[in-house]
Amino acid sequence: MTHTILPEMIVPRPLSRGPASPDPYLPGTPGSDPLLTVTGLTVYRGSRRILDDVSFTLARGETLALVGESGAGKSTIASALMGLLAGRARVTGQAAFDDVPDLLAITSKGWSGLRGQRIAMIFQDAGAALNPCFTVGSQLTSVLRRQLGLDRATARQRAVTLLDSVGLNDAAARMSAYPHQLSGGMQQRVMVAIALACDPDLLFADEPTSALDVTIQAQIVRLILDQTRAKGASCVFVLHDLALASQTCDRIVVLYAGQVMESGPSDVVLNDPRHPYTRLLKSCVIEIGTHDLDPPDGSVPGYDDLPGGCRFATRCPRRLPRCAAERPPLTTLAGRSLACWNPETGE
Amino acid sequence: MIAAHDVAPAHLPDTTPPEPQVLFELVEVEKVFMVRKPGSLFGGAKVGLPALDGVRLKIRKGASVALVGESGSGKSTLLRVLLGLTRPTQGHALYQGRPIDQVRAEGPAFARQVAMIYQDARGSLNPRMTIAALIAEPLRHFRICPEADIPDRVHSLLARVGLPAEVADRYPAAMSGGQVRRVAIARALASEPTVLVADEAVSGLDVSTQAQLLNLLRRLQRDMALTLVFITHDLGVASYLCEEIAIMYLGRIVETGPTNAVLTAPAHPYARALRRAAPEFFAPISDPLPGEIPSPLDLPTGCRFSGRCDVAQADCHLSDPALVRLGGGASDRAAACFHPLLPDANTDLGHTTATHLKRDIHA
Repeated sequence: MTHTILPEMIVPRPLSRGPASPDPYLPGTPGSDPLLTVTGLTVYRGSRRILDDVSFTLARGETLALVGESGAGKSTIASALMGLLAGRARVTGQAAFDDVPDLLAITSKGWSGLRGQRIAMIFQDAGAALNPCFTVGSQLTSVLRRQLGLDRATARQRAVTLLDSVGLNDAAARMSAYPHQLSGGMQQRVMVAIALACDPDLLFADEPTSALDVTIQAQIVRLILDQTRAKGASCVFVLHDLALASQTCDRIVVLYAGQVMESGPSDVVLNDPRHPYTRLLKSCVIEIGTHDLDPPDGSVPGYDDLPGGCRFATRCPRRLPRCAAERPPLTTLAGRSLACWNPETGE
Repeated sequence: MIAAHDVAPAHLPDTTPPEPQVLFELVEVEKVFMVRKPGSLFGGAKVGLPALDGVRLKIRKGASVALVGESGSGKSTLLRVLLGLTRPTQGHALYQGRPIDQVRAEGPAFARQVAMIYQDARGSLNPRMTIAALIAEPLRHFRICPEADIPDRVHSLLARVGLPAEVADRYPAAMSGGQVRRVAIARALASEPTVLVADEAVSGLDVSTQAQLLNLLRRLQRDMALTLVFITHDLGVASYLCEEIAIMYLGRIVETGPTNAVLTAPAHPYARALRRAAPEFFAPISDPLPGEIPSPLDLPTGCRFSGRCDVAQADCHLSDPALVRLGGGASDRAAACFHPLLPDANTDLGHTTATHLKRDIHA
């Protein structure tokens, strides 16, 4: 067999870092210029409150992680803020985005020029999100032509540049490839290119790497961070991996069954978790060399039998009688927001 | 639990006859699937796809072995060979010294001793059968106990995997993802196996559920003295559950040894890349491994990892290194690399500097 170097085997842009230089991938200090302010976001499906009074802010250029187990409402937050729940659920609350007073109040036509242009999304399963009937090039150019009004030739040129910038080698030739002809990692790169086509201010990345192998996961995370940082965009990651969240995000919001448990700078929240749920979640993370795990019993409640009060109360080791009756408000404690009647003391 | 690496050097070609406690032994196993040439729609030429190549592995009784690798590395094919579902095209796959397909053909004893937990637990359970019926099925099939004792046996199996007795009358659709996995484990344990083979048994679950299941599997393995073969892509899971590890890349085992030693100081550059890519709290994101796993239909010449390896040298592109013992005969570690990494090259896993160990080819 001949020795062939596949295009994928070549590093797109070697990222060399001197050991002494400050690490650009460590969470920095959060900016002060708010881009997105979410207040009291509540989503109803029938009478069930699948998101319950969620509030958080995101500054320009910041990365934020929404973490929690399945059913926590992470993806619902992203969908609600992009107006993708219309007709399927009732949404209340307010979400101020840059000069838009409330994203949640926008109706269908109002999204043009906003969704896809200023707010973009990377989906979990790129293979399912890309249309299998059209080439990568036509899906990318259609975004550019529709959203930016470019002509065919300019759009094509721009698309090739974009594919090149996300690390697809031989980008011009890849334009005519169908999604199934690309590997999972390459498909995810195309998704990143489409999401970033219009230089959005805000990018949602819904579990962008959970379907990928670990070495490819590292490439894609690096790519998303590089691209958003280069463009000064803010990024909201939906993640289930706390360790990955600590590596990628400035701020973190810990959710459980649709409620915010704890939120704040990721180093503050994850190094010294004060909410019992954050602490439990962190204690379940297996790192290499972990010898003992002490997971809580039970699992996240379904939406049909949500407990009243604090939804974590049924599984909480620090539960008080009032927890099941009365929902704790988000208060400020030790540099983070916390919703707990009986928070952990510092370590 | 038997301290596996105290007994004998693992997974290496051995001139001495197999020790009695070796359950599985793979000797130079190769599996080539014939597939249609890519691009040809109808008929056309067939080409060989090597899914496994030169695999040597020994699994001793009571050991816990993790098979780790990314998609396309041949983990699942190796598992099928171990279970006798796939016959190797070359080499020998032995169970207690005899070819697996022969042992399997002799009757249900092998299937009873070697139980499997499938990756898609829900898909492996008949949706029209209750949990009790699902667990009773292997009990009846292998005639484990008299018909009258079956309900009691089902309940004790449910208790053993941590499920309440009242789930017995439910259907799989009414169970959560974690509960369904427990049912699959109970079914596997029903035949009173000596070997438990699990394919990604805890992947795709929430962390707390995953932790519960890992604790369950660890307890079962210890209490029942099971031999555990665990396929995973998660190094953390491998290190939590298994004492030995075999890291695979493109149909080859590239490194084996005690899990702790291998993960603390990987000798194969691919093992190190995997180790670095695993997320760690507040660690800077390391330089990702470039490129993707090449197609097995178009393998690079020489070492299969050479195209992505940052320490590859000229000889790496010329011939394919075999899995050889590291650092002399007494070692329990082996790697398939011409230039294995020295332990001190791994002290800082975040940097790409590497020193090389001159390997003793005659070791």
